[in-house]
Amino acid sequence: MKPLASDRPFQLLLAVVLAVAALLAVSMVTPLGISAYLANAIGQLAAFAVLALALDLIWGYLGILSLGHGLFFGIGGYIVAMHLLKHSSEVTGRVPDFMQFMGWSSYPFYWAGLGFFPYALLVAAVVTILISGVFGYVSFRSRVDGVYFAIITQALVYVAMLLMFRNDTGFGGNNGMTGFLVLFGWPIGGSGVVIAMAVVSVLLLAAVLLGCRLLLGSNFGVLMIATRDDEVRLRTLGYETLRLKLAVWCLSALIAALAGMLYVPQVGIINPRLLSPELSLEIAVWVAIGGRGHLIGAVIGAMLVNALKFWLSAAAPELWPFILSGLIVLVVLVFPNGLVDLAKLKLTRPMGIKRLASEPELR
Amino acid sequence: MAAALLIDDVTVEFGSFRAIDGLSLAIDYGEVRAVIGPNGAGKTTMLDVASGITRAKQGRVVFDDTIDITRSSESDIARAGVRRKFQKPSIFEGLDVRQHIAIGAQGGLRRILSPYALAQRVDDVLAEVGLADLALRPASELAHGQKQWLEIGMVLASQPKVLMLDEPVAGLTDEETERTVALVRKLRRPDRAIVVVEHDMDFVEQIADRVTVLHEGRTLFEGSMQDARADARVVDVYLGR
Repeated sequence: MKPLASDRPFQLLLAVVLAVAALLAVSMVTPLGISAYLANAIGQLAAFAVLALALDLIWGYLGILSLGHGLFFGIGGYIVAMHLLKHSSEVTGRVPDFMQFMGWSSYPFYWAGLGFFPYALLVAAVVTILISGVFGYVSFRSRVDGVYFAIITQALVYVAMLLMFRNDTGFGGNNGMTGFLVLFGWPIGGSGVVIAMAVVSVLLLAAVLLGCRLLLGSNFGVLMIATRDDEVRLRTLGYETLRLKLAVWCLSALIAALAGMLYVPQVGIINPRLLSPELSLEIAVWVAIGGRGHLIGAVIGAMLVNALKFWLSAAAPELWPFILSGLIVLVVLVFPNGLVDLAKLKLTRPMGIKRLASEPELR
Repeated sequence: MAAALLIDDVTVEFGSFRAIDGLSLAIDYGEVRAVIGPNGAGKTTMLDVASGITRAKQGRVVFDDTIDITRSSESDIARAGVRRKFQKPSIFEGLDVRQHIAIGAQGGLRRILSPYALAQRVDDVLAEVGLADLALRPASELAHGQKQWLEIGMVLASQPKVLMLDEPVAGLTDEETERTVALVRKLRRPDRAIVVVEHDMDFVEQIADRVTVLHEGRTLFEGSMQDARADARVVDVYLGR
């Protein structure tokens, strides 16, 4: 991996992300900037881009495909939703609607303290690390990898979805949780708050992007790539790859949970559909389209595919599955490294022409 | 003399197939031992057992007379000082040559070398395997022979006590084979045992002190290459064909 100082494409992307954050921040104070609607869309895209980075970290750089990253996204999402509901109750003095339907007049014990955001953050981190840690340890310890690992992660997210669809589980069942009123004391629907959430999302995207880049540029990143390329070789050189894989797997899960915590307040609802295998599969599609094994690719892929989806779900929703499938076929057949291939195409062609023209003696 | 690596009555089964059948083998410090034999004789399986990749059904593997590594993990065995080059050059496509040697030299998640000592060691090894000029090249761009040397360098960088080389000259040109002969001769030290699995008999003759001929998971012959060529059983199962 190139040193950060000479990695122009990465620097460019980071600058664009930061510029968008600045533009959004300016829009909060002047009415001439980006509308709350557009800001909200950008904020959601940023959350998806963070999610794509989480997957690219383990799939692109460690060679472990997860088709269940929606699980960690969902954990972050559910816990931030619990925080928002608890916090809203402090304003209204009532328990959320879904609890009233279940005949609960007060919050169950495990909701205690969730109205305090730092605690909710801690709970999200602990739950994510526990689940990813136990699952990762058992799988990596038994040397489960490749498609087998992918299938098990898919099953895991499916089980979580079935669990959350039940009303008895106590998190709103198939309707999920909604009705968030306040965020840190401010009404959540106000345009200032909407734009502020987008700013925070875009800034955190920049932070995660930079963090991943620094990690990959370090000695640890070198070992990640070595693990991806030939794990047995690395193990027989004295490296305990189990620990390395587990650490990156948990980190990736944490980033996915963070993405969920950014996403849910901005869409105003969470339901078990976030845990459906579809979303988890789609994350892999974003990364594949953008270019797996390139941080830039993950961000661009997530942004492009989801922007297209936003636009099409209004314009022609019935076309979306066909377009998504078409994109996948195109990537598999023509651009195996995703859109990153396009950039190479553009760079090499003019050079070839120049070389011929400058060496006429070859004729 | 102390045995660097002792394989003691080891049996390995894959399903109903017995790949190694009560094999015993002692390799001494200071020697270069070639292990030869027809395909399926169990040569690579023997190395797999010694490096912890395959588990023996019975028997034990002892390193340095005192350390039982029969049930140890691959990384523990490697850190103890038993290292191995694979049959197919196993390198990391996404890394450059220098990074490979550094990974080999550091030899574990816990850093044992200071940055200065590491750089020094990497330079030495690069010079030894003749890849100093290619240090910053991506390993994926190397030719087949260079990949073989890169992997030997990676294994060598931790200064192993037991060095196992699985087909180090397979697919190499005559000139490259000559260079590998010189390299293996240089690697021989009184405190190191080298095990080479190879099909190229001329190569074996040039580097090996002793040869062990395996057949159907057992030792068929042990002695000098010259005697092996003269041995009727060896000629019958392997050399004569």
